[in-house]
Amino acid sequence: MAEVIVVTSGKGGVGKTTTSAAFGTGLAQRGKRTVVIDFDVGLRNLDLIMGVERRVVFDIVNVIQGEAKLNQALIRDKRVDTLAILPASQTRDKDALTKDGVRQIIEELSRDFDYILCDSPAGIEKGAMLALYFADQALIVTNPEVSSVRDSDRILGVLQSRSRRAEEKLGRVKEHLLVTRYDPARVERGEMLKLEDVQEILAIPLLGVVPESESVLRASNTGTPVILDAESIAGQAYKDAVDRFLGEDVPHRFLEPERKGLFRRLFGGRAA
Amino acid sequence: MRLLDLFRARKPAQASASAAKERLQIVLAHERIGRTREDFLPKLQQELVAVVARYVAIDPAKVAVNLERGGDMSTLEIEIELPGPQAMRLQAAASR
Ligand SMILES: Nc1ncnc2c1ncn2[C@@H]1O[C@H](COP(=O)(O)OP(=O)(O)OP(=O)(O)O)[C@@H](O)[C@H]1O
Ligand SMILES: [Mg+2]
Repeated sequence: MAEVIVVTSGKGGVGKTTTSAAFGTGLAQRGKRTVVIDFDVGLRNLDLIMGVERRVVFDIVNVIQGEAKLNQALIRDKRVDTLAILPASQTRDKDALTKDGVRQIIEELSRDFDYILCDSPAGIEKGAMLALYFADQALIVTNPEVSSVRDSDRILGVLQSRSRRAEEKLGRVKEHLLVTRYDPARVERGEMLKLEDVQEILAIPLLGVVPESESVLRASNTGTPVILDAESIAGQAYKDAVDRFLGEDVPHRFLEPERKGLFRRLFGGRAA
Repeated sequence: MRLLDLFRARKPAQASASAAKERLQIVLAHERIGRTREDFLPKLQQELVAVVARYVAIDPAKVAVNLERGGDMSTLEIEIELPGPQAMRLQAAASR
């Protein structure tokens, strides 16, 4: 049986797709058979972030409506061979997703994969509800910012009351906090919520902190999940998070501002 | 950036982050309650106004409601403008 993990946040643009691509690739790099499903029907993007946009033939809606077999719609990654992607539809709307359709897809994928990662759309409408419904675990992607924290709290409430686990009383969805776009320099200046504050407010176990990093944009430009950029601080932070998820005891990094030398302060230097 | 600025300590932080934390803690405390049982304050307000309206004819436009949700305590402030003696006399005459 596969573990179903939803990557969710409530708020838009906080880094769910970036995280789904990186985390999924990271699990696959560790030898886990992993499939990442894009639930953002109508606004497909995971394919671009993972660099497979030119290989999309069928999508999740085609499978649900019986127009294609699941195997025809799955795209096998060429970099990591235990990784696959199930793209969202670009043209249909969210109503094309049904609970039974998603259930069947997840059941079928469960036979061949260890982890099924669901990249949720923003909001708490149908697409987001279906992305989290079958979850055993949840990565709560949160930026250190008031509206993001509030929406994460809201999504935690939804997970506890409206997921399959909640409805069928199968025990709680296991929640993991992933703070992304963290800027230690701004935290130090008192301009941004501290990690401890976000943790205290949401009160769920911390899986990782991904710093604000220019490498994320660079990675998306080239369609490379940022975790494959092993030099970058964001890539390293995602790798740490994957290792922690798989049970390793890895200390948190990148929580302090980078101390620039005089030379770099004068002539500028950027976070890798 | 002037060269001198590099060596000068930064200005004391304008600590907006602590305001963010405080505001979040309060709003979430209320929203979490709302999840398990309905927030009773809006209903309380409606019923209070209805009770007053049973005794005096009040103008709905002249009811001001202020709700301030706090950490330790919330205040519900309802200001109902009652018609003055003149208007009351007229009303009484009209209803006779
Ligand atoms: N750690 C980071 N550092 C810098 N930029 C980041 C980081 N994480 C994400 N971003 C940027 O934030 C933007 C939103 O990211 P992403 O698309 O992953 O968010 P999302 O939560 O999936 O959005 P949506 O809700 O629209 O699906 C992108 O431009 C991405 O490059
Ligand atoms: Mg997204």
